[in-house]
Amino acid sequence: MSKMIYLDNAATTRTAPEVVEAMLPYFSELYGNPSSIYDLAGRSKEGITAAREQIAGILGAKKEEIYFTGSGTEADNWALKAAFEAYKNKGNHIITTKIEHHAILHTCEYLAKERGAEITYLDVDENGIIRLEDLEKAIRPETILISVMAANNEIGSIQPIKEIGLIAREHGILFHTDAVQAFCQLPIHVDECNIDMLSSSAHKINGPKGVGFLYIRKGVKIRSFVHGGAQERKRRAGTENVPGIVGYGAAAKRAWDSMEERTAKERELRDYLISRITEEIPYVKLNGHPVKRLPNNVNVSFRFVEGESLLLMLDGCGICASSGSACTSGSLDPSHVLLAIGLPHEIAHGSLRLTLSEEITKEDLDYTVEKLKEIVQNLRNMSPLYEDFMKKQEETNVQ
Amino acid sequence: MYSEKVMDHFQHPRNVGEIENASGVGTVGNAKCGDIMRIFLDIDDETHIIKDCKFKTFGCGAAVATSSMATEMVMGKTIEEAMKVTNKAVMEALDGLPPVKVHCSLLAEEAIHAALWDYAEKHHIVIEGLSKPKSDIHEGEEEEEEDY
Repeated sequence: MSKMIYLDNAATTRTAPEVVEAMLPYFSELYGNPSSIYDLAGRSKEGITAAREQIAGILGAKKEEIYFTGSGTEADNWALKAAFEAYKNKGNHIITTKIEHHAILHTCEYLAKERGAEITYLDVDENGIIRLEDLEKAIRPETILISVMAANNEIGSIQPIKEIGLIAREHGILFHTDAVQAFCQLPIHVDECNIDMLSSSAHKINGPKGVGFLYIRKGVKIRSFVHGGAQERKRRAGTENVPGIVGYGAAAKRAWDSMEERTAKERELRDYLISRITEEIPYVKLNGHPVKRLPNNVNVSFRFVEGESLLLMLDGCGICASSGSACTSGSLDPSHVLLAIGLPHEIAHGSLRLTLSEEITKEDLDYTVEKLKEIVQNLRNMSPLYEDFMKKQEETNVQ
Repeated sequence: MYSEKVMDHFQHPRNVGEIENASGVGTVGNAKCGDIMRIFLDIDDETHIIKDCKFKTFGCGAAVATSSMATEMVMGKTIEEAMKVTNKAVMEALDGLPPVKVHCSLLAEEAIHAALWDYAEKHHIVIEGLSKPKSDIHEGEEEEEEDY
């Protein structure tokens, strides 16, 4: 393939070369099991501790409050299932939102179906942000947990987690946030935001795949999720993914140190891309909040065009992107997030998500916009919906 | 995920467009499910041979490719022969489709049948084996139960 423009950084990111370099010694040289007692094992343990301290520092947490997992999804599952189990004597009600990742939504469905949980799914406004008064109204005496994502993976909308944390604290309810997209993209301080649990994943910030963490505030009675050895303070057994955890620490340091500069550049390019697309292509809509959105997220819907076709055509031009169309989800329904912000099905099918990285240049975006203009027009020329729409327009003009 | 033939027909779709004063037009699918296919036929009233066939499709790669292949397969055929172009035949001609995309291939057969039905209605003829097309081919289709 000739040039590739990778605009799917919300799906995953390139593992940074310096992260790989930090990980490499922990495969064939420092391969000791951190639970063993000799020096070799101690080196592995040190690697893990350094990563834990690194991550805890970013969140304003203590290192004992960071528990490494195999993924962000595992962290989400753990937070919800274990909190429900631990606090079920207090109540069975969980509040979450309609736009959470499936790691939260499907876990909630499981808890409701199999464990007798009652779940309130908060609506969001047309920009994909919850209303705090809805949250207040949803709280009941038996509410034990509020789980609201820090930022949305599809449309990038940023939730008011500080305000949510305050409400949760006032009512004595646990607050969990899925920060898989937000960690190291936005400043998040667990004390300032009254966060009790937070999920994250390394591969979204140029770290390796297969490692995540759950922050659990000291004092929160969360039980072990995986039973076995004494790893992760007996709460998540299993020999640690030492290279992965070390890589996570290196990636977090890198992303945190560069955050201000990187996100400022990404915001500028994001807004440039949004304005070019919305100004130069007709019948297009920006999804998500214009300002309260992740620095690297662009999500637009093109009317009369289907998302998978768009992705295949873009792929043909070397551009990697994603869509919320049904055809890319494997079901007949388009993205639940796009439906939750009020998009009709036919417009949700024509959605396109482009997520930038620090490597993307203005020239990359110019090329992308030029290709996008051609592709959207070609697909519209092939679309019976566009044909009908244009005929109706002509009729109206004649009248 | 797609075969080379599917990608070829998707990237270079054959017979895209409209036929003015077509002898039969059929539109199937719905925008809610993300796929709509419209087939235009130009049929010789004497010989019942399909002289021209064009399509317009809103849908995924599989929907576009099956439309393109279906138009190629009915071109030059008689109505009777065109009736034998099934979704299975279209799918085989494309070297298969991923399982989640099989429902897209149903559209092609339905669209041809809908266009033939339109022709039969206009000309007051009966085409053997042809029944009134469903307005929505997704009716009754449901998502599978999820297991935990």
